[in-house]
Amino acid sequence: MEIVIPPFDLKSISLIIILTISAIFILVADVFFRKKFKDSLGYLSFLIVVITGMVAFTQMGKPVYSFSDMFVVDNFSVFFNLIFLISTAIAILLSVSYVKQEGINYGEYYTLILFATIGMMLMAGGADLLTIFLGLEIMSISLYVLAGFRRDCVRSNEASLKYFLLGAFATGFLLYGIAMLYGATGTTNIKGIAEFLANNPALSNPMIVAGASLLIIGFGFKVACVPFHKWTPDVYEGAPTAITAFMSVGPKAAAFAAFLRVFLVALPDVEQKWSIILWVLAVLTMTVGNLVAIAQTNIKRMLAYSSIAHAGYALMAIIAGGDFGIAGLLFYMLAYAFMNLGAFAVVIVLGRKGEENANIEDYNGLGYKHPLLAVTMCIFMFSLAGIPPMAGFIGKFYIFSAAIKNGFIILAIIGVVNSVISVYYYLRVTVVMYMKEPGREFAPLSLSPFLILALIITVWGTIHLGIFPAKIIALAQKSTLLY
Amino acid sequence: MIPLTWYLILSGMLFTIGAVGVLIRRNAIVIFMCIELMLNAVNLAFVTFARQLNSMDGQIFVFFIMTVAAAEAAVGLAIIIAIYRNKATVNVDNINLMKW
Repeated sequence: MEIVIPPFDLKSISLIIILTISAIFILVADVFFRKKFKDSLGYLSFLIVVITGMVAFTQMGKPVYSFSDMFVVDNFSVFFNLIFLISTAIAILLSVSYVKQEGINYGEYYTLILFATIGMMLMAGGADLLTIFLGLEIMSISLYVLAGFRRDCVRSNEASLKYFLLGAFATGFLLYGIAMLYGATGTTNIKGIAEFLANNPALSNPMIVAGASLLIIGFGFKVACVPFHKWTPDVYEGAPTAITAFMSVGPKAAAFAAFLRVFLVALPDVEQKWSIILWVLAVLTMTVGNLVAIAQTNIKRMLAYSSIAHAGYALMAIIAGGDFGIAGLLFYMLAYAFMNLGAFAVVIVLGRKGEENANIEDYNGLGYKHPLLAVTMCIFMFSLAGIPPMAGFIGKFYIFSAAIKNGFIILAIIGVVNSVISVYYYLRVTVVMYMKEPGREFAPLSLSPFLILALIITVWGTIHLGIFPAKIIALAQKSTLLY
Repeated sequence: MIPLTWYLILSGMLFTIGAVGVLIRRNAIVIFMCIELMLNAVNLAFVTFARQLNSMDGQIFVFFIMTVAAAEAAVGLAIIIAIYRNKATVNVDNINLMKW
């Protein structure tokens, strides 16, 4: 038998190659570096991510398929790659002093973050369900470990175990869904499935119906939409704060990227006729996320529920669909990356070893003691609540108008009502910072040059995207075409 | 020859047993075994479909699932050991520091 090796294009996966080699290099270098110099691994990985980001920019342009149509580089995946790299870079900046403070300064920390980023890129660029599955697992397995990185802390262990068991459970559903689609269409390639379904009705085939439902469950777990959200608050609370910040942005965006590609390209029929199912999911996600967030006293848990609510807004963009909806989702994910990472950065600045100071009452009177930090926190809270002129406002505005334009008026109204509910708990943080007396002395802030840099970048991003969104929106609109 | 549908029914049954096991068992290791059962049910489905469709894709997929399952087992068991060291239990009912 003659074996034909299909042509492969290494240039299309250059980002992944760069990150893989550097991740392995950091893992090896870790062995030779003395404890004093471990910081430089953090600097190095930051530098690598920045360089990779520059390479990513050059990939904008025509879509390129490679590896027998299993991987694709198009504007859509490049835009998502930029979101991943921004969130990774900021997460590394947040980590450098945080890992030292927590006594978990090991080189494999950065390696795992880089591997998680590789997984996300495979998800965004996966043109075959196999690639998407592998990307998902590379990302998830790295994150299971990172969530439990404070090995001697029981909360961290618990977060890791919960994330692992539920994540693996969800993987089972996702895989069964893929198996069903494969059985029905005879291929796992996204284009192949789309071609098959163009000639055959999708919804009369029970196997495709079952497969699509199982895929919704699998992706639903990963983006943490209600009713598959129960793991989120526990994992976000227990994981090291820098990792929580990372988890709440990158992996969520990656899951949305894969969700969008699978449902809009491979199963467009299902997406349109089942919009009622996604509709219910989006409404539940927004409402439950926002209502439960009101009751939280721990700011990490509050941000976890807020991230669930934000997943609901993003689902809304998927339901609205069309160029407008996809561009809205892309812009929203970028804006969300800046504001959410920024909020977590403030939480890290206030935390000390052993005491995270993550209860909302720990923020009492912060405005008098540390005015600049309090203003920064306010910017992020306003942006998350969607108050102009912050990035969050433009993002929400864009998504809601996409929903109205495509005829989902009730959904948009529910979204706006939810947005108003969310103002309550975001502003509560502001209120305690300025209108309550400090309950006790503030511990000195754990500021480091890197944390300051991270705060500057996130504040800049949040305000810049809010005031001058035109350029990024134009870029997002150029990235909506899915192949 | 046994018809292929039987394999699919078996795969569905295994998957259900696994999923129900995850929900009702309380030992983290048993839960993990149930998850592995689910993954293997998927493998069976893939192989059956590959046979039925006469295509290799499904069989290749099975190899990837097995590899991923092995990686997951390594990480999962390490996590369970870490939690056992700190709490001396693997019963998920006792692993409940964080609620609501």
